[in-house]
Amino acid sequence: MLSSWRGKSAWLAFALILLAAPLAFRQSGALSILSQCGCMMLLALSFNMLLGQSGMLSFGHALYAGLAAFASVHLMNRLAGSSPAALLLVPLAGGVAGMLAGALFGYITTRRAGTALSMISLALVELIAAAALMFPGWFDGESGVSTDRVLGAPLLGIDFASQLQVYYLIAFWLFLCTAAMYGLTQTPLGRIANAVRDNPQRAAFIGHDPRRVRYLMFMLSAFFAGVGGALTAINFEIVSAENLGLLRSAQILLFTFIGGIGYFFGPMIGALVGVLFSSLLSAYTRGWQLYLGLLFVLVVLFAPGGIAGVWMSSLAGWRRITMRFLLRLAGALLMAGAAVFLIEMLYRRAAVL
Amino acid sequence: MEFTLITLLNGLSYGLLLFLLSSGLTLIFSMLGVLNFAHASFYMLGAYFAYAISIQLGFWPALLLAPLLTGLLGALVERIGLRHVRRHGQVAELLFTFGLSYVIVELVQLVWGKSALPYAIPAQLDGPLFTLYSTAFPAYRGFMMLLALLILLAASWLLKRSRVGLLIQAALTHPQMLEALGHNVPRLFTLVFAAGCAMAGLAGVVGGNAFVTEPGMAAGVGSIIFVVVVVGGLGSLKGAFITSLLIGILQTYAVALDVSLLSGLAHWGIQLAPDAVGYPLLRLTLAQVAPVLPYLLLVLVMLLCPRGLFGVRD
Repeated sequence: MLSSWRGKSAWLAFALILLAAPLAFRQSGALSILSQCGCMMLLALSFNMLLGQSGMLSFGHALYAGLAAFASVHLMNRLAGSSPAALLLVPLAGGVAGMLAGALFGYITTRRAGTALSMISLALVELIAAAALMFPGWFDGESGVSTDRVLGAPLLGIDFASQLQVYYLIAFWLFLCTAAMYGLTQTPLGRIANAVRDNPQRAAFIGHDPRRVRYLMFMLSAFFAGVGGALTAINFEIVSAENLGLLRSAQILLFTFIGGIGYFFGPMIGALVGVLFSSLLSAYTRGWQLYLGLLFVLVVLFAPGGIAGVWMSSLAGWRRITMRFLLRLAGALLMAGAAVFLIEMLYRRAAVL
Repeated sequence: MEFTLITLLNGLSYGLLLFLLSSGLTLIFSMLGVLNFAHASFYMLGAYFAYAISIQLGFWPALLLAPLLTGLLGALVERIGLRHVRRHGQVAELLFTFGLSYVIVELVQLVWGKSALPYAIPAQLDGPLFTLYSTAFPAYRGFMMLLALLILLAASWLLKRSRVGLLIQAALTHPQMLEALGHNVPRLFTLVFAAGCAMAGLAGVVGGNAFVTEPGMAAGVGSIIFVVVVVGGLGSLKGAFITSLLIGILQTYAVALDVSLLSGLAHWGIQLAPDAVGYPLLRLTLAQVAPVLPYLLLVLVMLLCPRGLFGVRD
């Protein structure tokens, strides 16, 4: 795929979109949303290495991003006063921190498969998130640790003071990591992870220890989550214990699955939709979390392939659009509209009470 | 002595409430093979339904009606949602219930608001049951323990002795055979799911006024009951019972004990300066560590015996 003409043009288009996006959205608010999208895409892609590729439903993915974010913030505070070029490498340090955390906690998590794995990851995220509040010296409780991404005198005019420069830093790492993660799906390890997901027994028969494969994938995924966490820390210049918790992990899971776990680019769509939901829709309605939850449940029920799956199948079948399909679509839209109307009325009533 | 006994009783009553919650979860898991992530949400719904009914009809009708209502809702969830997701496998079922827990919290906030409700203990049970040395043990705690024990007895009788129980046990291992004999296995599944949810609802009715009825209550117990079920061994009712009591007692003692490693060292005559290695760790009191003890227990058990204490299958 990478060598084919279509594959190459897809990567070229991705790079061009990343480069050109800030030209279309110049306001600093829009740039901030784009930066958040970039970070979330990276987190969702790394999460999909677990869920989509290896069949591991982890409830604690924010742990690895969050711990890496704390590590990066402390690193940036140490680096204050040095050259801004050092900031380019902070995401790499974050990735290494994430990988170390993944090596430590993943060893426990990946001992079991299936449901037990999910529950152990859930317990770990509760454990670490609660423990973080006990050590104010390192995590600073609810208020969080703040930092300054302007490390020193500008280098070639770059000092990361403007949101645009931060966006390009995020876009650069996003492109690099996306390419690396895509490359990984083509390696033997990526293929064996798929085999372990589909049939661990068969994978074990041909000589691959399913637990070892899961552990390896877990560590690699934690690395990319760490890069994403470090970029989030650079973007917001603050990290709090909230970044480690179950809610943040649940958010990543929701976004990834809504986007579609069966396609490589699915999580990126999910991250885009999710960030737009939480940053734009929250300005209009207090019910945005309910809509997000409902969307998730509907996707699980009716479209397990997510938005990416629906998109690909409609691309494949667009010639077969019939009157019946259009009528169904109109009915679904009508019902969705009625539901939204009802929920909004209820929220108005709840606001009055 | 007084402290030990009262803490033990408090621990037992908390542990029995945990068991009431996790027994429904275990029942659903051992039967349908799905860990119902929304189980704690049904606990929350039980409490909210009980509040709504008790301000109209009083507490005792609520004790009966709220679990029934929760069970009915559970049956609907199984019939409309879970049954259709099952063909996509275990992960899809878990994801469905996970999304459901998200939606239920939002809906509860939509109907009842974000603040805590004044759901009170009934007047008949609002007093001391007995006084031990100088500490009074509340009657409501005794009532909770009695209820949990009754449910335990009823559930074990229903599973081991009754006709439905025999069918449920058969459907655990040989659903196709049961189907061939003319029994409606899907309906049995719906029934079991509803029963599990009703048990969670019952726990909510008594837990809602013993503790507090607010939108965060599901998240508060949600993770702990999964710890109970995993540590006890997935699908083992006995394991769930023992682990619930263990965690209940462990946590209640830890909350009540205000000691730290530092004070222990001071007891032995070792004084440490605040800049010593690991000082923040040594300074933590057991009461501060109490909330993470169940999770610590889970990690330990998973390291030592990955199947859980009484695990029968993966």
